[in-house]
Amino acid sequence: MNKTDNELDDFRYEVRDWLEKNRPKKPDFLMPQSFMEVGTDEQFHYLREWQQKVYEAGFLGMAWPREYGGGGRSQILQDIATQEMKVGKFPFMINAIGVSWAGPLILNMGTEEDKRKYIKGILSAEDIWCQGFSEPDHGSDLGNVQLKAERDGDDYILTGSKIWTTLGNYAKYMILLARTNPKIENKYAGLSYFLSPMKIQGVDPVPIQKLTGEYGFCQTYFDGVRIPASCLIGGEGNGWRVAIQTLQYERNAEGGAAGGPTSEIPYVHEVIDVARKIKRDGKPAIENPHIRDQAIKFLITEVACRANLVRDEIPSLVIERPQSLSMSLKGYGCDFWQKMQEFAMSLQGQSAAYYVGDDLAVAGGRWHRAYFNSFSTTIGGGTTEIQRNIVGERILGLPKS
Amino acid sequence: MSDKLKIYPVINFSDEQEQLLEVATNFCRNRWPNERIRQQIKDEDSIDAYVWQEIVELGWPGVAIPEEYGGSGLDLAEVVTLVEPMGQYLLASPLVSTTVVAQALIVAGTDNQKSHLLPAICEGSVASQALSEPHGDWDLLNLNCKAEREHGKLSLSGTKNLITDAHVADIILVSVIFEGEPALVMVAKEDIPQSSIRRETIIDETRRSYRLCLDGIAVPVDNLLRQEDTIKALNRIELVSCLLHTAEICGANNAAINTVVEYLNTRKQFGRFIGSYQALKHPTVQCLQEYEAARSLLYYAASVFENEHEGEVAVRMAKAQAGMAFSFIADRAIQFHGGFGFTYECDAQLYRRRAIWHESQFGDGNYHRQKLAELLL
Repeated sequence: MNKTDNELDDFRYEVRDWLEKNRPKKPDFLMPQSFMEVGTDEQFHYLREWQQKVYEAGFLGMAWPREYGGGGRSQILQDIATQEMKVGKFPFMINAIGVSWAGPLILNMGTEEDKRKYIKGILSAEDIWCQGFSEPDHGSDLGNVQLKAERDGDDYILTGSKIWTTLGNYAKYMILLARTNPKIENKYAGLSYFLSPMKIQGVDPVPIQKLTGEYGFCQTYFDGVRIPASCLIGGEGNGWRVAIQTLQYERNAEGGAAGGPTSEIPYVHEVIDVARKIKRDGKPAIENPHIRDQAIKFLITEVACRANLVRDEIPSLVIERPQSLSMSLKGYGCDFWQKMQEFAMSLQGQSAAYYVGDDLAVAGGRWHRAYFNSFSTTIGGGTTEIQRNIVGERILGLPKS
Repeated sequence: MSDKLKIYPVINFSDEQEQLLEVATNFCRNRWPNERIRQQIKDEDSIDAYVWQEIVELGWPGVAIPEEYGGSGLDLAEVVTLVEPMGQYLLASPLVSTTVVAQALIVAGTDNQKSHLLPAICEGSVASQALSEPHGDWDLLNLNCKAEREHGKLSLSGTKNLITDAHVADIILVSVIFEGEPALVMVAKEDIPQSSIRRETIIDETRRSYRLCLDGIAVPVDNLLRQEDTIKALNRIELVSCLLHTAEICGANNAAINTVVEYLNTRKQFGRFIGSYQALKHPTVQCLQEYEAARSLLYYAASVFENEHEGEVAVRMAKAQAGMAFSFIADRAIQFHGGFGFTYECDAQLYRRRAIWHESQFGDGNYHRQKLAELLL
């Protein structure tokens, strides 16, 4: 089904029009910058309501199958809608883990029953999802997770704890990687993957305060939690394969997400606006040659990141290393964002001393917060260093470290 | 104000480009294997006449020349796909300089020049440009060389340098001051005495560069390009050169990555392949990522090259990024080859020398970022 450019333009205006008419009222509280920083009930409800509204208007999950609650339309329309939400600076989709990772995974590997049970609630944000991968002693070494899932009749009993559980205290379900066989020599073969309920006896998500002072993630304790064996996805002992598939979604190396932004996207032109307003030697900082040069460097990388996405769609321009661009997306992009936010702070002169809460903080302390929060992207989902191992080994064919 | 900063790239990649990229890659691989590069370094010419003849028979010098002058009437985006593999195989042909001169003629040539010189270029005439002067300024308007009317001819004076393949060029496009204003003039091979031209020692030994003493050279007045279009032509020359240099850089950058990866996968120390050490693996991945970014910007620039403002922005971004990326991998290539990297025998030096050459031509990263700041901030 090819759409003409005119039809696409018409759709773009339709979305833009709807978004502008329905733009949510500016909140009188501090908004989180991504789905990873939702720490208060008012933030939670505000964002959940927005996602529900977008879904009901038909602009989320547009390319997901209609029979499960999706729109059954083409991906290009969803991409347009997502882009309009990003460029127009609309709030992000709070149920990011459901929308971007759990949902595509269930559609790809889940049973018919799973799809009917979970997909609609993911899109409407009625059912918030969280992820149970990292453990206090196992972060980058994901294959070594130890949370126990012991078979007991038709159930599994979960014991142990997970950490960095984003939205853990609001979630109804968790995508959970657990050890079903502690004895098997190959550590990967002892893992299984569950779609596990959170609001049941013995699950205790305890919020953790982050370096910014905000909340948003938890340590989640499992104390003999009983879940039915039907929660398994991919079959017992196949958890590693399912986890790798999930990470492909998480690292944006594979499509399938329902759409919508999942964080507030910072742009280089916003940083340049900071440089226009701040004074250096009595003049706008943007007139300083050193600052101009750095600003242009960031702009080049921003454009290059976008051009990478565009080139990745042209097979004959990625023929030599087909996965190179998609697998580098996270490592390269997140590193760039972090440095850009650091640059935005460095522009602020004396005012860089202020933080969120002080009336002299530039843009309400946005850039400081964004810089700190950006570490969630260079650490979570596989650190930048792990990403470099993966790209080095899988793309360049270098030996394992 | 900040709308100029909201840049959303598009890349169009035509079937012609796809075919040409494949054909050119195969051609360069077959004609210019690694041994050939080493052999050619000792030769007087940058490439063999027979290889150039093959390039001519393939129609490549005329790819971006309009059909009415015997060319294929395609875009510079198609030339990019020819030049990128040439960069990869370090094949320093006069295709870039010939294409650049043809583009200048299209912009500012007289009807007579276009109808004579463009078909000749399509048929294999080698063209080069003499724009640089010993002061080393990238500003193409910083000119000391002169042309003056004398006995019904144009009498030239001054020194031009960094003229690639000048000894085999049939025509050289020279920038001068004429009647107080910048001008471009074509100088034919016949008008240049052997003694006026001498080979230069340049960092990139796969190329041949010459210095031209204009004193005593006189050419017909008709050899002047339309002077009112000189600035336009010089801008065109700068941007076309940047685009094609970026294509060459990306090709060579890719080859440098492969050279490094091959060594990291074969050299053992402490009982392990050195590529297993993260101290070498991680920077190599960063080099790859900077290269990929450069290549994406290259094909973006190729796609929008003819759009007035966007084309210039894209091509300057691409050249800045590519130059940085290539210097990065070429520098690391020497280091990661250890003691061998310090030798003439190791290919790392070929890439490092080439990267320095490209940065010296038509502006390095600092230069282009400054131009971008003027265009965008």
